[in-house]
Amino acid sequence: MTDVEINPTRSRTGLPFLEVKDLKIHFPTDDGLVKSVDGLSFALERGKTLGIVGESGSGKSVSSLGIMGLNGPSARTSGEIWLDGDELVSAEPDFVRRLRGQKMAMIFQDPLSSMHPYYKVGAQIVEAYRLYNNVTKKQARQHAIDLLGRVGIPEPASRVDAYPHQFSGGMRQRAMIAMALACDPELLIADEPTTALDVTVQAEILDLIRDLQREFGSAVIMITHDLGVIAELADDVLVMYAGKAVEHASVQDIFRRPEHPYTWGLLSSMPRMDRERQERLIPVTGTPPSLINLPPGCSFNPRCPYCKLTDGRALTEVPELLQIGPGQAHSVACHLTGAQRKQIWTEEVEPKL
Amino acid sequence: MFSYIVRRLVAAVFLLLAVSLITFMIFFLVPRLAGASADDLAARYVGKTLGAEQIHEQAVKLGFTDPLYVQYGTFLKGLVVGADYDTGVGTDHCSAPCLGYSYQSQTPVLPELLDRLPVTLSLALGAGVIWLIAGVSTGVLSALRRGTFFDRAAMTVALAGVSLPIFFTAGLSLVLFSYTLHIFPGGGSYTPITENPAKWAYDLTLPWVTLAFLFAAGYARLTRAGMLETMGEDYVRTARAKGLPERTVVSKHALRSTLTPILTIFGLDLGVLLGGAVLTETAFSLPGLGSYAIQAIDRNDLPKLLGVTLVIAFFVVLANLVVDVLYAVVDPRVRLG
Repeated sequence: MTDVEINPTRSRTGLPFLEVKDLKIHFPTDDGLVKSVDGLSFALERGKTLGIVGESGSGKSVSSLGIMGLNGPSARTSGEIWLDGDELVSAEPDFVRRLRGQKMAMIFQDPLSSMHPYYKVGAQIVEAYRLYNNVTKKQARQHAIDLLGRVGIPEPASRVDAYPHQFSGGMRQRAMIAMALACDPELLIADEPTTALDVTVQAEILDLIRDLQREFGSAVIMITHDLGVIAELADDVLVMYAGKAVEHASVQDIFRRPEHPYTWGLLSSMPRMDRERQERLIPVTGTPPSLINLPPGCSFNPRCPYCKLTDGRALTEVPELLQIGPGQAHSVACHLTGAQRKQIWTEEVEPKL
Repeated sequence: MFSYIVRRLVAAVFLLLAVSLITFMIFFLVPRLAGASADDLAARYVGKTLGAEQIHEQAVKLGFTDPLYVQYGTFLKGLVVGADYDTGVGTDHCSAPCLGYSYQSQTPVLPELLDRLPVTLSLALGAGVIWLIAGVSTGVLSALRRGTFFDRAAMTVALAGVSLPIFFTAGLSLVLFSYTLHIFPGGGSYTPITENPAKWAYDLTLPWVTLAFLFAAGYARLTRAGMLETMGEDYVRTARAKGLPERTVVSKHALRSTLTPILTIFGLDLGVLLGGAVLTETAFSLPGLGSYAIQAIDRNDLPKLLGVTLVIAFFVVLANLVVDVLYAVVDPRVRLG
């Protein structure tokens, strides 16, 4: 077996477990260069959950696939991804591949299409485990049964020989989670894991992910467009817009003191049962921009109701993601001044939520 | 799984019965509808040298004056218990399953067919193995190296393969490899495998490759298209996300799904060819079922034609059956249905 050297001393150098620095992932197409991710930076520690929110096409999935090294040969990736002391962007694809089997795992959105229809669930769960661990068929099977039981599938000993089409949607997603956990990953990326599921099942799956994270102490990246999921699971939140992070803060700050107009928009479009019902939800107006032809300046400017307050800077200058104050773990990429944002939030946005 | 196979088998038997009825109709009812009398049909059997009265006598004796369902019943009865045919100088017994009796060559049809079957079997199966391996591997490589020189060259050759008719490629290969370069034997060479397996393969190489080229081309294109589609499937991404080596991702996850539809087509193609690769056998003068059918048509020998048609139908139905069963083996979702 060609195991990846996992060096425990390297993770204690004070570096974060996962650190992404200025990650850019571009795809050349016939129509032009698609800048799916354009300068993304964040860090994540073991045992913590980072929620990444944003609309479709904001670069959430591409950036996580980039960490996994799964964007395919057409992707042009630059920047740095440090996972436990190893840099992944410049690493050999084969090295990253082995990390996928052992250190990081991913759960996908649609569990039916994400499982091979021809193979038994158990076999799919332990396929990689058998590759990276020197175990007999019988031991692997037992491992699959244990995992299925762990993710809450009843009668795992018989279900292990079932095919994906014999499972319900929720069970399939549990099986996908079992597959991701097969090699005890330290980094778990969940790409909209509940989008394709019933609401009741969604809650169960989220509970499961949280329980498993507590048990295994993994770092989790939760990609979603559902702020409810974020509120439920995340420690930190990264709001993405058009391939860039526009706001990065703790989950409390995102909900209590959001700074970016786009985050306000996301919050306003979320239904609330604890408030009086408004006439209608306030959506973020307009549509997400084309990633080939981004608007100049702040990419959000055509949809931003407060664009005029920046004296035209939003139309020409790309805002940097900056801390809102010294020593603050809350950053935002916006040309509005801190005072303006505070005023708009407390006077205009918050009362309407 | 077992009940699935049984159901399929029962369906296959009924299908064959239906095919035999339709074939029988074509050969015995359609001529009558077109104005041929019972005597005209009989004349085809006994030759026109006899007088009209004698021909009529024969028509009665052969049963052409009976209602059609009686004739079909007699035919079916022959299939099950055998039949005796009056040849004029004595009786010839045609043992079950009797597919009919050729008065022209004064023999039952089935033994003749069985005699020629190994030739067709050798041709079709040998070519099948070659085109499946060549076509699928070319298709997979093309898909994985999409847009490269290899891909373009392979697809151009494949286009030529599907476009060129077999009598052209057969003639060309005979002229080139047999009559000019003298590497392979000329047309009409066939050695039974039981006699000399090496010579059997050597003699059949040219027909095999020629026939395989025609089919491999189509399979390469199908495989390429299928692979390109499957490689974009979510479960292939999952396989990669699990950290499997690319080799495993391609062979175990992508290729397996791609092969399912190809398997279906392979079964059908093989079934049709087993009933006689008419053009190939003719081009290479091989004494198989295909050339037998051609001879029967030439000589207007209805019983032979009926027999060979039923054998073709049998193989097509058999191939379908095998494909259905294999499909259930390959794709677990089929087993429920």
